[in-house]
Amino acid sequence: MAEMNMIEAIRSTLAAEMERDERVLLLGQDIGVNGGVFRATEGLQDRFGEERVVDMPLAEGVIVGAAVGLAASGLVPIPELQFLGFGSQAFHQIEGQVARMRARSAGRFPMPMVIRAPFGGNVRTPELHSDAHEAKYVQSPGLKVAMPATAHDAKGLLAEAIRDPDPVLFCEPLRGYRLQKDEVPEEDYTVPFGSARIVRDGGDLTIVAWSAAVALAERAAERVQEEDGVDCTVIDLRTLVPFDEVTVIEAFARTGRGLVVHEAPLTSGFGAEVVATVQEGAFWSLEAPVARVAAPDVPYPIGPIEERYVPSLERVVNAIRRVVEIA
Amino acid sequence: MTVDDAPSGLVRRDAPDPLSILRPDGTVSEHYEPEIPDEQLLAAFRMMLLSRATSERAISLQRQGRLGTIATPDGQEAAMVGSAMALDPGRDWVVPTYRELPAMLQMGLPLWRFLLYYRGHPLGNLMPEGVNLLPVQISLATQVPHAVGLAWGLRHQGSDAVVVVYFGEGAASEGDVHEAMNLAGVRGAPVIFVLQDNGWAISTPVSKQSATSSFALRAAGYGFPGELVDGNDLLAVHAATRRAVQRARAGDGPTLIEARTYRLAPHNTSDDNTRYVEAESLEGARALDPIPRLRTYLSGRGLIDEPAEEAMREQISGELADAVGAMEQAAGEMGVEHLYDSAYESPHPRLARQRAAALGEEGER
Repeated sequence: MAEMNMIEAIRSTLAAEMERDERVLLLGQDIGVNGGVFRATEGLQDRFGEERVVDMPLAEGVIVGAAVGLAASGLVPIPELQFLGFGSQAFHQIEGQVARMRARSAGRFPMPMVIRAPFGGNVRTPELHSDAHEAKYVQSPGLKVAMPATAHDAKGLLAEAIRDPDPVLFCEPLRGYRLQKDEVPEEDYTVPFGSARIVRDGGDLTIVAWSAAVALAERAAERVQEEDGVDCTVIDLRTLVPFDEVTVIEAFARTGRGLVVHEAPLTSGFGAEVVATVQEGAFWSLEAPVARVAAPDVPYPIGPIEERYVPSLERVVNAIRRVVEIA
Repeated sequence: MTVDDAPSGLVRRDAPDPLSILRPDGTVSEHYEPEIPDEQLLAAFRMMLLSRATSERAISLQRQGRLGTIATPDGQEAAMVGSAMALDPGRDWVVPTYRELPAMLQMGLPLWRFLLYYRGHPLGNLMPEGVNLLPVQISLATQVPHAVGLAWGLRHQGSDAVVVVYFGEGAASEGDVHEAMNLAGVRGAPVIFVLQDNGWAISTPVSKQSATSSFALRAAGYGFPGELVDGNDLLAVHAATRRAVQRARAGDGPTLIEARTYRLAPHNTSDDNTRYVEAESLEGARALDPIPRLRTYLSGRGLIDEPAEEAMREQISGELADAVGAMEQAAGEMGVEHLYDSAYESPHPRLARQRAAALGEEGER
């Protein structure tokens, strides 16, 4: 078994799926000769040709809008948004068209496609490159939303997404592209949607996270284990749609305390959905209010001040200590 | 010589003359060589009559509460039928909005299904297998990128199919139309953009949509031909579309056709166009109605007379009655489970729990 970073896992999975299914084609800005601005598609145009790895005009709306027609014609398109923050320029196609086409057409035109989009903070990008916009896509029924946290899951969830007859928004954490390295089996496998991963199992408290926030939650859990003797369960949701509420409710029923960590702004972030679900499903087991560690309700800033915006290790550790101290 | 005297790089901004074959008085341009067999011309005339008759019937059904809000294509029948009849329904595709009744019928959609859609029934937008139509689009202009992708995808898979997408001069203000035409030019997609300028986007006149003298001029900016045609002239619309189909099928890429026509009815059954259309301008437009124009031409050629048209109308009214009957038969209430089963291939666990709860409540009702 080889250790890979996320970008390598994504690239090799795209290649394997294109090899497996000739209906799969990639479209996006700079994905061909340049191999994508993060090299996610490096070498794929050489291997599969310009007709299957297609450099597109700088226009997110038609990158996704054309994918609707490609899917209707019987293909499996994988449009890439260079950054999720630019997804707003395709949002009307994603929410209004991709997500609804199966229901609108009473099943005649399902939309097998995967919209890949990098996002996430602490990599010093220009404005609108880092924003965690996942919650607004969760409010687009008909769409599934995958948020891998590891290279292992990036491979398994991406393969699952490509084979899924429903459309999937696949959000890739910029920070994890090269930093997140873990064991990725060489053989073909998929990770089913809606099955959260229990990253570590502890009896004192539950931390729910997804994408790059999972590694942060793990580090915080290790810190409080060491310094306070607090034993945390960490849950990686893997997908927000479908949402594995059963695993989350069971963990809170067991630990009675916990928090959610995400990079999106606090208000109406997916953390609110997690907390609401916990109070519905595990109310009588709760020993403390469920906390949220999130970005403030302001636009994502540029420059080093982003470290005060994106949840930090200190903020997560402090939140854990507050939740544990409540009698 | 000053820079002001230097040869100008300005491109033309004046409108070309619209392609016109069947003149408003029903006579035909001397350059025209009939390219449509007589029986096809009669079928086109019948389709235009059927469309107009459906509008009348549908409005009356809407007033009785038997149909929901309807947008009728009155006045645009030549633009829709003339273009759609240049396609091969067996391999080509149409991407419609809510106003494209005769184009959809031309592609093989049973009339009762169209009525079912306007009944407000979820299965009304189910295009039967073998009928090459995307579902009715409500969010105008969003269908234009779909058509480009569909045309590109069909060609990618070895088909020589052509895709026609309909939109109006109002939707042409949307960014999606620009993005789609630009991509179509780059990819050489076999797509025909049929822009019907019917003068109005609800109450907004074309003069407030664009300062251009002709939308067809835009095609030059995308690197493919654009053609302005008299949209109330069945023969001109057909001739322009036929040329565009030949180009697209041969791999020569997209065409923009601007069919200049006029919306003779309100935007839809919830709209009152007397608030913004002056009576005289509507009257002027009625004088250019494509149906009497084609009738004059057909009767001049001895292809139709009053008794023959009367027989045609009687047949149409029977067809319409059958379609209304079939629609009402199919319009039974759907079970609540349809809501939960239509969005994904199968409901995910959380949705399945919502489904079970809803079915439980139904049981208690």
